[in-house]
Amino acid sequence: MSATRGGGEALLRVFRGDARGGQEVEYRVPIETGMVVLDAIHWVQAHQAPDLAVRWNCKAARCGSCSAEVNGKPALMCKSRMDSFPADQPITVRPMRTFPVLKDLVTDVSWNYEVNKRIPAFKPRPDAEWRWLQSDIDRAQEFRKCIECFLCQDVCHVLRSHELKHQFAGPRFLVRIAGLEMHPIDGEDRAPFLKDTAGIGLCNITQCCTEVCPENIRITDNAIIPLKERVVDRFYDPLQMVWRKITGKNTP
Amino acid sequence: MEPYETREHDVLVIGAGGAGLRAAIEASAMGCSVGLVTKSLLGKAHTVMAEGGVAAALAHVDPQDGWETHFRDTMKGGSFLNHWRMAQLHAQEAPDRVRELERWGALFDRTADGRILQRAFGGHTWKRLAHVGDRTGLEMIRTLQDKGVHMGIEVYMEYTITRLFKDGDRIAGAFAYRRSTGEFVLFRAKAVVIATGGVGKGYRITSNSWEYTGDGQALAFEAGAELIDMEFVQFHPTGMVWPPGVMGILVTEGVRGEGGILRNARGERFMWKYLPEARRSEYAADEDEARRWVEAAVAGEQTQDRRPPELSTRDNLARAIYTEVKEGRGSPHGGVFLDISYLPAERVKRKLPSMYHQFVELADVDITKQPMEVGPTTHYMMGGVRVEPDTGAATVKGLFAAGEAAGGMHGANRLGGNSLSDLLVFGRRAGAGAAEYAKGASMAQVSQAEIEAEMRDLLAPFERTQGESSYELHQALQDLMQGHVGIFRAEAELEKALEGLGQLRRRWAQIRVEGSRTYNPGWHLVRDLRNLLVVSEAITRSALLRKESRGAHSRLDHPHPDPELGRVNMCTVKAADGMKVSPTPLPEMPVEIKTLFETAKEKV
Repeated sequence: MSATRGGGEALLRVFRGDARGGQEVEYRVPIETGMVVLDAIHWVQAHQAPDLAVRWNCKAARCGSCSAEVNGKPALMCKSRMDSFPADQPITVRPMRTFPVLKDLVTDVSWNYEVNKRIPAFKPRPDAEWRWLQSDIDRAQEFRKCIECFLCQDVCHVLRSHELKHQFAGPRFLVRIAGLEMHPIDGEDRAPFLKDTAGIGLCNITQCCTEVCPENIRITDNAIIPLKERVVDRFYDPLQMVWRKITGKNTP
Repeated sequence: MEPYETREHDVLVIGAGGAGLRAAIEASAMGCSVGLVTKSLLGKAHTVMAEGGVAAALAHVDPQDGWETHFRDTMKGGSFLNHWRMAQLHAQEAPDRVRELERWGALFDRTADGRILQRAFGGHTWKRLAHVGDRTGLEMIRTLQDKGVHMGIEVYMEYTITRLFKDGDRIAGAFAYRRSTGEFVLFRAKAVVIATGGVGKGYRITSNSWEYTGDGQALAFEAGAELIDMEFVQFHPTGMVWPPGVMGILVTEGVRGEGGILRNARGERFMWKYLPEARRSEYAADEDEARRWVEAAVAGEQTQDRRPPELSTRDNLARAIYTEVKEGRGSPHGGVFLDISYLPAERVKRKLPSMYHQFVELADVDITKQPMEVGPTTHYMMGGVRVEPDTGAATVKGLFAAGEAAGGMHGANRLGGNSLSDLLVFGRRAGAGAAEYAKGASMAQVSQAEIEAEMRDLLAPFERTQGESSYELHQALQDLMQGHVGIFRAEAELEKALEGLGQLRRRWAQIRVEGSRTYNPGWHLVRDLRNLLVVSEAITRSALLRKESRGAHSRLDHPHPDPELGRVNMCTVKAADGMKVSPTPLPEMPVEIKTLFETAKEKV
């Protein structure tokens, strides 16, 4: 990859259409040094297709708005460098497949916001001291880096292929729950929610979500697997079941 | 007639960044039905771009700090044009607002003894910025968002407000279109809070996102409210300059807070040359003292050494960098060098992770090994809707404003870190002010004729069979403002800009939109542009009247401050024959506040 490469022209194939259907339309775009796919889409808007719909905000990989599928791979358009693709082949840009298309590259992601509302909120333990070390929060801070681009939701086969949105919260919200669960003084019990509503058992840890995360959050290893362990300990560990029967408390 | 839907709320908040969310939370907690409207998805507002931290005199790292010092720093940074009462409330309440965020689940970086860590920033006497690496804004907006969604606030995502309605002299509601479908919505509301952020998209080089089109300022102006200080546009000294696609993207002041050094093409550390004489004693005398200060900061130790010259105020730095480049000492791509690579790579990656990734991924620069190239970028609007400090009330009954869209808090120049604290302190106050007002008010009537006129206006660009596109016009506006109303200004340039703006307004009325009303960015830009044209005119007219250099406003033809002009704000209002700008007296500081400067041996 080199920032010094400019000049030439790229062929873009962009999905144009809406909920009823559509097709890929070709656009030729002049290449500038360091250009990203979102720049190319903006160039098309300004010069060829003023009504081309695309969602974006910061153009600096901070807001997570410009998610799409570039050459079939879920990615932020603002981080997809044109010079990372073969110069002699077209670049295909399509909307995220897991969500309903509104128009062109824009999808209806409102389902995610509905899931978020149901997650039990942060609840500090009443006796907690509001002091903790940096090492106590390094892990939770990793989860709070999430920019809600929903690329992990898009790539997750439980949502993408099996369409189990009604049973599974998806990696984004398991990360959010992990951030709450690993807050040093949170006292809420989210194990029943994780098992029954978030459907954490449906994840079979294929790591696809981790691979597409633009914030490099280790979603599977650091968030989902520890949460799965909590659920297993709580609901399926025979020793703990006996302990709970005797003491009436949740954890020994 | 076109169909439209009607929604009713006690309080309608326009804008869902930090200020809007904080206002909505407060109004909701006070028992009001709250509608929160955002042009984007929730959590994407410009607040997520805030990097370095939130300024609050918690005194965790430097125990000498207190609200009085924060207040003095803010007033000095703003060249004493700030509304003293806003600066006072801000300094006094910011620590509580930060602690409140922690109570709501925010996880700030920690000191060795487990409290909220604070870092140094330009113009702040002590280490004052609570932060989370270089993604403080994201932490804040997520915390507010998660708090807000459990309170029953109704969020209208991807809606654009196009106009405020009045019933006689008071606010009656607002008109909107749904961006996804183009359908129209009438919001009836007892009170409206404007929290729409800034105006950066009027300039070609900017750190701002597409949303920053001065909507709130323009809506308030059209509704008859006063705007103040519109000439004060902050050019952040460090934006990316290369490659072209990322030009203007912010490089956080946190880089300098952590020890970043500015050098020109000759390798000279030029900032010493540009320190104002009156402030020189606050900064390190030489490289050795600056280095010792950084070493102490890295070790988390107290020091008698003074801060490096790179931590001067933003207005000063932006002028310095501009001058270095203009005089031929710039970097290959027209900026200067900002270097943090002399610190251990692990520390840079831990304290500035987003900067590290931003430069590796977008510019092929490893900031742990090489310097960055940086230059000024349009960043922040100090001016905005004139508000009553304690309640956020604008000069129109039922209208409130907070955050960047409001004026007065920052005077002629904002200190880094003061915007995040501003939006918390005054977001809360405006939310409370609006709720209080709404409780004593009835729902006002919206005129049917005005609704119909607004719908006709909105749809007119679809009916034209010829005319230019909104994108062309936007580019022309950005070039005009960048070229004539930038960091350095002069009478002739400003006059040219004013004339150019007149032509652009005429062209705007002839814009043609292609396609349907379904998620049509070309159409959306038409309304955003109208707002940008209003604020651009306000900036230019105010800049013309301020025949002096003060804070972020630098006039080549009037290079010094004028004490007379230090006693007035430029005030913009809508008159029968167009826009009128005139000076209004600065509020008088009471004796007990003036005393704060005397005891600190400062001159007011």
